[in-house]
Amino acid sequence: MSTPLRAIELPELAASKAFRQAVDIAAEHAEDVDRQGRFPSEAVAALRSADALSWGVPLEYGGAGAGIDDLAEATFELARRCAATGMIFAMHQIQVASIVRHMADSLWFRNYLKRVVREQRLIASATSEVGVGGDMRKSIAAVTPVSNSAGDMVQFEKRASTISYGAYADDLLTTLRSSPAADSGDQVLVLTHFADMEAKPSGAWDTLGMRGTCSPGFVVRATCLTDQILPASFSSIAAETMVPVSHILWAHVWLGIATDAFSRAQSFVRAQARQNPGTTPPTALRLSELSSRMAEFRALVHAATQEYASLADSERRAALSTIGYAVRINNLKIAASEAAVEACQSALGICGFAGYGNAGPYSVGRQLRDAHSAALMIANDRLHATNAALLLVYREGK
Amino acid sequence: MSPTESRAVQSQTKERIRHIVREHAGLGNAFDTVDSSTDLYRAGMTSYASVVLMIALENEFDLEFPDAMLSRNVFASVDSIATAIESLQQVEQ
Repeated sequence: MSTPLRAIELPELAASKAFRQAVDIAAEHAEDVDRQGRFPSEAVAALRSADALSWGVPLEYGGAGAGIDDLAEATFELARRCAATGMIFAMHQIQVASIVRHMADSLWFRNYLKRVVREQRLIASATSEVGVGGDMRKSIAAVTPVSNSAGDMVQFEKRASTISYGAYADDLLTTLRSSPAADSGDQVLVLTHFADMEAKPSGAWDTLGMRGTCSPGFVVRATCLTDQILPASFSSIAAETMVPVSHILWAHVWLGIATDAFSRAQSFVRAQARQNPGTTPPTALRLSELSSRMAEFRALVHAATQEYASLADSERRAALSTIGYAVRINNLKIAASEAAVEACQSALGICGFAGYGNAGPYSVGRQLRDAHSAALMIANDRLHATNAALLLVYREGK
Repeated sequence: MSPTESRAVQSQTKERIRHIVREHAGLGNAFDTVDSSTDLYRAGMTSYASVVLMIALENEFDLEFPDAMLSRNVFASVDSIATAIESLQQVEQ
């Protein structure tokens, strides 16, 4: 009853032997990945061996047809060992979901998904842009027709302020204005292959935490087929898929980080208790407090996951585009990002100097640093500003 | 209401909606190219402006949009707004 971890059984995919191996490999290299700020290449290779990069691809194209629950569980398991690996896995699955759910009957994207399965291609995203002030729903760069073609080619150049694992990905999903004359909010998503484009890093990635995601800025330039534009407006992709799936999978990364910190604090308290058998160490009370906060955190994240699962593929899909849902999914992101930092902070308080040290079984420095990225990935203040406006019309609880 | 009267009410409703859109959707000069089926978001209406528009419509027509109607699709054009308002007015009657 006192177990801090999730009592529910792992779904089949996350419980598979190959995936468990990837989880172990992520754990083994997590410290080195963090210290050197390097891409977790061993763990990502192991995820490829487990065919995990195509879990979100529907069965008919050779994927595993995984739902949000499976992907969330896998993200959580990875992030408990190495938050950077968990975040890379999460971001890749967000791109896959955006394609799967919005490609309509595009032949090009159907064939592409088969390649994702066959080649275990890793997809990065360029939704940020220098000059839009952090607003993902605005673009400056535009899809521009190539004049000397049969009208089936377009080109673009974008200054992305960050592309996570951009130097290690095979493909890139980029937000762009739909045409040179389009309004800044009239966006589309374009998929291009790094092998066929120019991508120049425009800065370094030397950060407090999440160091292994390797997310510097890039200037990307590409020419591609018009078929490589997802046949849906970015506004519907964002509302129905990218925003909710991002916030749900990110929340599982943060829950994983917090759970790791909790486990370390619990080991510390147990070790203290063993030194004085028969007495409960004072830190046990703090651990109990943290345990109740973790229960809240898990409940919050699970409820949001279940709500999305119940709406995503049904005739209720339109409910994802309502203001009420936008408010709730923004609230998930805000609350989960704050809960993760608080949990790591509490774990540090319990472990004391053993937690403050950068090495050892009770160290929670990496977890605390990683957790601090949560409030910044789409800044919480931006989400509060959005919700503040939405709450002018949305009557919560009605 | 006869079909003729009903059509007259509809066009009157759309005229009132157009007026509110011009005042509150933040489209500036782009409003001149807006007809009743134009996608207002593509014409440049921001999320924030759409909220302001919703409040203005609630005031103008003295109604409250239920949660299920507070979606992008409903406020995407003068036509879709008119459909939503007419369905709410029918419920009231």
